[in-house]
Amino acid sequence: MTSQYAQAVVDGVLSGGVYALMAAGLTLIFGVMDVINIAQGIMVVLGAYLSYALSTHLGLDLFATLVVTMPSLFVVGIAVEWLFMRRLAERDRTAMSILVTYAVAIIIEGILIQVFGPDFVQLHAPYVDQSVHVLGFYLPYIYIYGFLLAVVLLGLIYALLYLTRFGQALRASLQDRRAAELIGIEVNKVRTITFGIGVAVTAAGGMVFGATNAFNPNSGYDLISRLLTIVILGGLGSIGGALVAAVFMLVVEDVVAVAWSPTWSTLVFFVVLVVVLTFRPSGLFGRAAVRAQ
Amino acid sequence: MHFALQWRRRSGWMLAAGIALALVALVLAPSGLGGSKRTAASCIKGAGKSIKIGASLSLSGDFSADGQAFKRGYQLWADHVNSHGGLLGCRVTLDIVSDASSPAQVVTNYQKLISSDHVDLAFGPFSTLLTVPSSKVANRFGYALIEGAGGAPAVFANGLHNVFDVSLIIQNQLVTAAKWLASLPKSERPKTAAYPTSNDPFTEPQLPVARKIMEKAGIKTVYTKVFPAEVTDYTPIATAVAATKAQAVLLGSVDVPTVSAFIQAFAQQHYNPKAFIAAAGPDQGAAFTKAVGSNAEGVMVPNGWYGGLANKLSRAMVKAYIKKYGGNASGINADVAEGYSVGEVAQQAVTAIHSLDNKKLIAYLHSGKTFQSVQGPVKFNSLGENTAIKPFTFQWQHGKYVQVLPAGAKQSKKPEYPKKPWG
Repeated sequence: MTSQYAQAVVDGVLSGGVYALMAAGLTLIFGVMDVINIAQGIMVVLGAYLSYALSTHLGLDLFATLVVTMPSLFVVGIAVEWLFMRRLAERDRTAMSILVTYAVAIIIEGILIQVFGPDFVQLHAPYVDQSVHVLGFYLPYIYIYGFLLAVVLLGLIYALLYLTRFGQALRASLQDRRAAELIGIEVNKVRTITFGIGVAVTAAGGMVFGATNAFNPNSGYDLISRLLTIVILGGLGSIGGALVAAVFMLVVEDVVAVAWSPTWSTLVFFVVLVVVLTFRPSGLFGRAAVRAQ
Repeated sequence: MHFALQWRRRSGWMLAAGIALALVALVLAPSGLGGSKRTAASCIKGAGKSIKIGASLSLSGDFSADGQAFKRGYQLWADHVNSHGGLLGCRVTLDIVSDASSPAQVVTNYQKLISSDHVDLAFGPFSTLLTVPSSKVANRFGYALIEGAGGAPAVFANGLHNVFDVSLIIQNQLVTAAKWLASLPKSERPKTAAYPTSNDPFTEPQLPVARKIMEKAGIKTVYTKVFPAEVTDYTPIATAVAATKAQAVLLGSVDVPTVSAFIQAFAQQHYNPKAFIAAAGPDQGAAFTKAVGSNAEGVMVPNGWYGGLANKLSRAMVKAYIKKYGGNASGINADVAEGYSVGEVAQQAVTAIHSLDNKKLIAYLHSGKTFQSVQGPVKFNSLGENTAIKPFTFQWQHGKYVQVLPAGAKQSKKPEYPKKPWG
């Protein structure tokens, strides 16, 4: 039984990395723009479909498809920001963004149904079903690779935010838009690029999601509630918080599923979430802390 | 002579004009020279009118793959009827609205279809989950609800007399497979079995029946946990099942992603049960193989229909399906046949009573008459369950979906047992 708990913890950590990858864009976009991107779930699915098309028709390895899918979703992100987000009034931005991004999700879902149909598909590669035996546990390669990809990409975003001039400009526009504009920062441009980066990272999450789950154009709706939960627990706007929260959520759920029952795993996690938010309303690594850095 | 010549010329001109007019009429007819050419003019509702049939289907949301397949089934049936003179002499039109797989939306949809769109007949939605609320709405308006995907006890527990399921009685679905496993020689029979299931009204009633049969044969139960239908990470559940090393797994699944996730986790854990039987998912034809790939090999599923069924009506439907949508018989989702059967039963009943009166229709469907469908015979008991159809078990073998149980039946092939290892 002990080994089953240990296996559940390992599974939780590894799959938590995958969820962090999917949630990173959501928290980045909120942190910078005060936009709650309800379309994040469908962006994950879009990324998965792009990888599916490239691997099926061109025979590309799943990780190689990211060379195409990440820039493609960067462009999609920029287009969505330019077409819809920029036009939202500053005062109502957060509330209106929910409606607008929901509309974006429906549009993308409709296009995906037209192009790919409603049937479920999954990404296939030799390593998707294989695992390595370590200390008595079978660790699936796809989750190991997904976790490493999450650490690398989240690290890169962190570096972008805190080690570059773009990151400085971004954080300045977060703290005070008007002051940032006065010192010559093109806030709209910074926001557009950030939205693009947030969506581009999602392409990587989408690829790993598509390799570990059968998906169809409607799969985004199941995801969005979990992704929102992760970024709220981690602290809206916190990249590291997304990783910690995702791992925490999956470990709690997986251990409860093994120790007690899968029926209670989500409930137990939400109880923990409520307790955490009671004492830390801005999440584990709240935005105030992120912006102050 | 002059008059005769003039008459001949005039009659020739009139004949040519008549032929031209007839051609124009044919071209201008609703479907040109296609489907409706044989629709009779004497529609029971009046000349030029049509019979409107309403249905709410899950064209988006969790059941979208099934909903889209059902839509094809309904549409294929309507096409067939319209190309064979229509229903009671009327052209059939379908009024299909999407419920996005939501039990709340499905209620709104049937209210709209009946009270606002004034449909003549109501066909069911997809899944037990959506049929339960739909049947209550239809009952309130005195409508019969003929459906093909709501066969769980929850549908019939409300004591309504207006709901009729043309497909298998759900709780008996796994009986054939369970009896087969129980009947295997002791040396081959699995010693242990796991029964993980989604908390869905379609799956939960099936497993206790199968489990009882298998336990009676000495097959020890090692896992019985229920998981939420909304779960997105199946890894811990599947890993826990793998840890039991059960020799048979009967999975209470409602869709492809659930089955796919279990198979993937089992493969990653190097766990290979002798038999893997899923309640639903593998019956979705190409939609299943596209998701699981070569790991479909050896996976079993109970159902009442498959593309190779030796039934004249089924063969005709399969031919029409492939002509319209392409693919092959193995790739056809069983939901298509379930939807098509709904239409067939409605057609036979309405034709027999020569009326669209739903009260008469309900009485006739309860009369004990046997109807013929692509899935086989349909005969309703007092609850509205189909007692005539027999459950089969199918298995994916070398990329083909074949009937394997009941063992020894005319079309049954030998089951692949033990199942080949994953990967």
